[in-house]
Amino acid sequence: MPSLVAAAISSEKLLSLSPVDLLVIVLYFVMVLGIGFYLKRYTKTGEDFFLAGRDMSAWIAGLSFVAANLGSLELMGWAASAYQYGILATHWYWIGAIPAMLFLGVVMMPFYYISRTHSVPGYLQLRYGEPARALSAISFGLMTVLMSGINMFSMALVMKIILGWDINFSIWVSSITVAAYVFLGGLLSAIFNEVLQFFLIWLGAIIISVLGLVEAGGWSGMVHRIHERWPGQDYTHLWSGLGSFTANPMGINWAGIVLGLGFVISFGYWTTDFLVVQRVLSARDLRSAKMAPIIGSIFKMALPFIVILPGLLALAVLPEKLVGESQAGAGAHTYNEVLPLMLARYCGPGLLGLGITALIAGFMSGMAGNVSAFATVWTYDIYRAFMRRDASDSHYVSVGRWCTVLGVLVSIGTAYLVMQFLSIMDYVQALFSFFIAPLFGTVILGMLWKRATPAGGFWGLLTGTLASIGMFAWVKGDPSALRYIALSPHAKDMAENMYRALWSWIICVIVTVVVSLATKPKPESQLAGLVYGATEIPSEGHLPLFKRPLFWACVVIVIFFVLNIIFW
Amino acid sequence: MHGPGFISIWFFIGVLLSAYGVLITVTGFYELGSPPANPPVLFNLHATIWWGMVLLAIGLVYFIRFLPRKK
Repeated sequence: MPSLVAAAISSEKLLSLSPVDLLVIVLYFVMVLGIGFYLKRYTKTGEDFFLAGRDMSAWIAGLSFVAANLGSLELMGWAASAYQYGILATHWYWIGAIPAMLFLGVVMMPFYYISRTHSVPGYLQLRYGEPARALSAISFGLMTVLMSGINMFSMALVMKIILGWDINFSIWVSSITVAAYVFLGGLLSAIFNEVLQFFLIWLGAIIISVLGLVEAGGWSGMVHRIHERWPGQDYTHLWSGLGSFTANPMGINWAGIVLGLGFVISFGYWTTDFLVVQRVLSARDLRSAKMAPIIGSIFKMALPFIVILPGLLALAVLPEKLVGESQAGAGAHTYNEVLPLMLARYCGPGLLGLGITALIAGFMSGMAGNVSAFATVWTYDIYRAFMRRDASDSHYVSVGRWCTVLGVLVSIGTAYLVMQFLSIMDYVQALFSFFIAPLFGTVILGMLWKRATPAGGFWGLLTGTLASIGMFAWVKGDPSALRYIALSPHAKDMAENMYRALWSWIICVIVTVVVSLATKPKPESQLAGLVYGATEIPSEGHLPLFKRPLFWACVVIVIFFVLNIIFW
Repeated sequence: MHGPGFISIWFFIGVLLSAYGVLITVTGFYELGSPPANPPVLFNLHATIWWGMVLLAIGLVYFIRFLPRKK
């Protein structure tokens, strides 16, 4: 940390903000705090504070669902990855998100919603019992505060690069604001601000893509420039370079993308990470809950236009070549600076303030998502479950409010831990494979297989998590071990994350199945509302076609396939 | 949602975007008369003006459509 802080102080800022830019940013802070104060009167009960009164429309829940995932890490990190790896980074928005979001809406949401659970660990408690809930809640809490720390680091980096602001100042001002509005209005306030932030992110960032395409001469002009400037490297094809580990800049093959990312990590994140699932649980009825992820998937599919495209445009138009963090020297800009550099390239006073506000909004939406989910899981799944079972509803609301503050403070602490890692995104993938991949195995077996037992669920989850951490430690201690994890001597870091997630999921599933077959299952009467085959799903037969979630899921999946073919 | 008198999130979005639209459009027109010393790339397109107007138009639509009204 000291070296980074020193770098932040010594580095020259890219540009200065005009009074108009500052006014744009100040107006944003006034609005988000104002919404928090306004909504405080509507958050009196636990249901209000932790689940926004379960009264959100499909649109609000859907936009919030996507916005909570849109931290500054998403904006900056994936723009950086697009510069580094080319259009391959789009896989994290398409195959790495869309099928899983649709699966959540169409298949899994009924079980979450009908069980009336308040959280994913809460579902595990209903399905598998207290040990599985405790393990999931603790690992989720740990992951959440670490993710918050990553978000903070990204945000502080942006402010350092663009404005020369002190890292600590950026972290504390933004964090205190998030803590204030979530403290006041709980999930309701977080969701409202996420919808607002979603608009600002789009309207602030899209200008880079529009002007970049004008400068580059459209899509074909951009591709031509990239080929001219980076001969021999394929930055503009999604699938054609994935035949082998050596044919693409990411060092991964199609199996890692399809099975590791597209199946395990994606399904794990979008269907079991409570940060995003909590937004959908706030929907006012089952149909809204099913539609919310489908609406979210449409916007998720469009996000590469404001995140990946700026990275590709930077390959085409930026005069300098950016480098990795480890190669950064005097005067050289790093991959992570690509979005701020593009912002500085096209935006004058006013628009620059809007662009900076978009980055701040991204940070806040991601952090509010983490903090509100952390407060819910801590209050319901740890505090109420293991410390104080019989307190009043108002007591738990009060605990939730103070957990918000605690979560922010712990996140600030972990931000400094995160600074030790050279590559932000690789670290995120490591975190996912530790906790999310095995959790997906446990949840999906719990929902679809009546025979899964409490012991099977607990031991599968524990073994999968430990196996993932063990594989991570193995490669850290002996980098050559990567050839065994990713099944190739040519695999790179990103492939390791995908394959580690895949192995940990497989281990979780095998252990769950074996232990379940050796232990006594729960009676079917206790599985009602929790498991496929033991739950009556309300029919949608009376709804016209255009109001049915399944219809819209089919529309989205067709668009998904068409896009993948176009950019093959 | 949340009973009568509850102000919709879309109204808040309308207010903020309208304010941004006015601020950015005015800044764009001011730059026409006093161009910056180090203009950004494609400054000649005056993106500040037309993007400010887009923000204002979107903001006004939401502002008017979701304006809280006494019943």
